[in-house]
Amino acid sequence: MCTVCGCGAGETKIEGDGHEHAHVHADGTVHAHRHGHDHEHAHSHDGATLAGAHAHRHTHADGTAHVHEHVHQGEHAHVHGHLHDHVHADGTAHSHAHDHEHGHDHDHHHHHHEAAVGGDLDYGAGPAGAHVPGMSQARMVQIEQDILSKNNSYANANRQWFDERGIFALNLVSSPGSGKTTLLCKTIELLKDKVAIAVVEGDQQTANDAERIRATGVPALQINTGKGCHLDGHMVGHAMQRLQPKDESLFLIENVGNLVCPAAFDLGEHHKVAILSVTEGEDKPLKYPDMFRAADVMLLNKCDLLPYLEFDADLAEANARRVNPNLTIFRVSATTGDGMSAWLDWIGSGLDAQRNRHGETVDALKARVAELERRLADK
Amino acid sequence: MHEMALAEGVLQLVEETARREAAHTVRLVVLEIGRLSSVEPEALRFCFGAVTRGTIAQDAVLEIVDVPGAGVCLACGATVPMNEAWGDCPACGGGFLQPSAGTGMRVREIEIE
Repeated sequence: MCTVCGCGAGETKIEGDGHEHAHVHADGTVHAHRHGHDHEHAHSHDGATLAGAHAHRHTHADGTAHVHEHVHQGEHAHVHGHLHDHVHADGTAHSHAHDHEHGHDHDHHHHHHEAAVGGDLDYGAGPAGAHVPGMSQARMVQIEQDILSKNNSYANANRQWFDERGIFALNLVSSPGSGKTTLLCKTIELLKDKVAIAVVEGDQQTANDAERIRATGVPALQINTGKGCHLDGHMVGHAMQRLQPKDESLFLIENVGNLVCPAAFDLGEHHKVAILSVTEGEDKPLKYPDMFRAADVMLLNKCDLLPYLEFDADLAEANARRVNPNLTIFRVSATTGDGMSAWLDWIGSGLDAQRNRHGETVDALKARVAELERRLADK
Repeated sequence: MHEMALAEGVLQLVEETARREAAHTVRLVVLEIGRLSSVEPEALRFCFGAVTRGTIAQDAVLEIVDVPGAGVCLACGATVPMNEAWGDCPACGGGFLQPSAGTGMRVREIEIE
């Protein structure tokens, strides 16, 4: 199972995973088939000890309390209700009550078994295995971490990998049917003689898009997310290792067609590019603001159809800028090629910046090597 | 349904912490979800129940602390409350608010035993 997105075991498929087999049958015909491997890990959560001792504290009606220990074997269930007060670092306080059910073994009855106020009755069940009267073993542990921190660490590793090689990486996001793949094909067609390009295609099913990209002559890898609704940093990390893009090249990631989920998942790209087509509504940036805020660039695609539609391109741009005032917007038509040159220039400047950075790194390394060699020669 | 992926992310952080602290059980998980964070708390609650089944956190109570959103008006510089991802500045009427709070989603703390 993907550790980040939680899609089911064996659901995510990266092209090339699995094995290809050929069989020769008795009649001499040969057929090939491929299969992937699913790994299943069995694990048990059966951590219950068979016999245990624990202490109970009872508060009686007259206010006296006593504690006694007992050993038990077998199963019983009891429910504890208790109330917590928390004071957080920012000074806010809140309290809440909750119930716990414990299944464990027991063979005697307490008819006077009333929980003390705020009392937790399993005093001996804590890691210390001992019991301090009146003190609960439960404790709060501060985590203070972003829920996406795992994905973000994969993404940061990807970005570092790209930067070390002077690669410029873009993550293309949109709803299904906005023309992402056609736009990619056109972009590749216009750029492939100037720069090396590699493409990752994300879809729930089929390798159709990767095949369309490969038809343009550049390497492409399909990731099928199965039931997953987005690509994540972990999947892209595998894909780039598989594709081995050239130094100072362009790396294009076509995300799953979805204007919601991919906004939250950093893949290690340098920019998200949102594509909105004029056959959609002008208010889409307002309806799906997270994506248009996460993007640095918006391509308004299918502009060749504007004369036939009532779509107000200025309004669409204004709506997008309401959500993200810093958005760079290009009006393009992937079919006719209109407006593509401004988009290609923008890619070109990104590639140049990465190249210069890479060049500086290489120069710095060369200088360092020369320095070390000189010192070695002096010895 | 990226709430499912987020619930997995929560469980991962919880399991790592519980393991490090040698906990037997997790009783409570406290999340902070910003109002501008693109997370639907009820969907996350549902997914949390689904992904924690059979784990150390299966009986944990999930508490979601709502973090109010705020934004800075790019026209007048005022910091104003925001409940949606975009809106007009209540101070000057300008239309460009840059979100400055309530965009995050974090695991704040857990209670273990």
